[in-house]
Amino acid sequence: MSALYLLLAAALAGMALVGLFRAADLLRRVLALNVLASAIFLLLVALARTTEGIDPLPHAMVLTGIVVAVSTTAAVLALTVQAQERRRHREEEP
Amino acid sequence: MSALALAFDLLLVAALLWLAWQALFDAHRFSAVAHFMVFGLVMSLAWVRLDALDIALAEAAIGAGVTGALLLAALGRLPAKAGHAPAWRRAQRPLVWAAVATVVSATLALAWVAWQLPRPGLAGPVAEVLPHSGVDHAVTAVLLNLRAWDTLLEITVMLAAVCLVWSLGPALSPYAPATALPGLPALTRLLHPLFVLVPAYLLWRGSHAPGGAFPAGAVLGAGGVLMVLAGAVHWVHDARRQPLLRLLLAAGVLLFLAVGLAGLGLAGTFLALPDALAGPLILAVEVAAALSIALMLMAFYLYGEPGR
Repeated sequence: MSALYLLLAAALAGMALVGLFRAADLLRRVLALNVLASAIFLLLVALARTTEGIDPLPHAMVLTGIVVAVSTTAAVLALTVQAQERRRHREEEP
Repeated sequence: MSALALAFDLLLVAALLWLAWQALFDAHRFSAVAHFMVFGLVMSLAWVRLDALDIALAEAAIGAGVTGALLLAALGRLPAKAGHAPAWRRAQRPLVWAAVATVVSATLALAWVAWQLPRPGLAGPVAEVLPHSGVDHAVTAVLLNLRAWDTLLEITVMLAAVCLVWSLGPALSPYAPATALPGLPALTRLLHPLFVLVPAYLLWRGSHAPGGAFPAGAVLGAGGVLMVLAGAVHWVHDARRQPLLRLLLAAGVLLFLAVGLAGLGLAGTFLALPDALAGPLILAVEVAAALSIALMLMAFYLYGEPGR
């Protein structure tokens, strides 16, 4: 069963890479980055199912990764939004 | 039963592929963001199928909830025109096909490698040291005792991201839906006790079953974002409360560092927990980390420094 999810992870990673390079819009790049992160998490968790049982180490790494991914998303979105706010102020003032 | 499970897995995989396609290539930005949020929710079902309940809880609250709220808030502030990529020029075509071929072969290589990869796994060694770690749940033991270093650095990364977001300018006032639907803020306030009860339960559960600081912090943070939207957390913008807010934001990192240094003094290794004290120390660090994670998720949503 985990083989199915491994293939899904590879397909999602490919799609996200195309989306990441193709997008001109910053918001779409953030989306693509998040999908790519999900694909890598899926790969790690699917590989954690070993014959001896479930390996908890990749699970802990993915939990850490989810929080780092949301931090990156927030930082990039804040940069985008604040740049837009400044541009608007500059256009309104003169 | 296994045929039914296989059918469910196939359905889940097809749904995830379609949702990811829509999130990446839909012409409308709002639709792309909405599909991404649903992608996060369906993804948490996939985590359940892969026996990763901790991740399912965190993904449902962070991946679908908080990331979705951040994206929607950013979407409302960005100009409506969607930035379309310009059409390819004739001279660019061979390069585009070369890039597509590279991505396709990289995808196939990834699938092949993942299929072939040996899986030694650390399930055995972790199970051996579990009785000495102070908790009964393997993932919590790895996160807060065996590989506590990763978790400490991760909370530090999050704090650094908060500093970056806050350094950009004053907080932007959220677009409160209060004017359109007066019932929503009231409902948010009524439901908020549940958003406190669920993390408390998850935190207590974390020592012996899926749960712990990350899902707890994520759910508490999602509730906090709702409260920001309902305009119910004025104290965050109060200039006199800023030292308290900053102390709470840093509480997780500070307590973690204190425990690590205490380990250096008691056991001779940074972040080494003595067997007898491991249980209570992990619980204390978890409470502080969950509170800090929740507040940091809320702090992201302000898109700038409050009280300035």
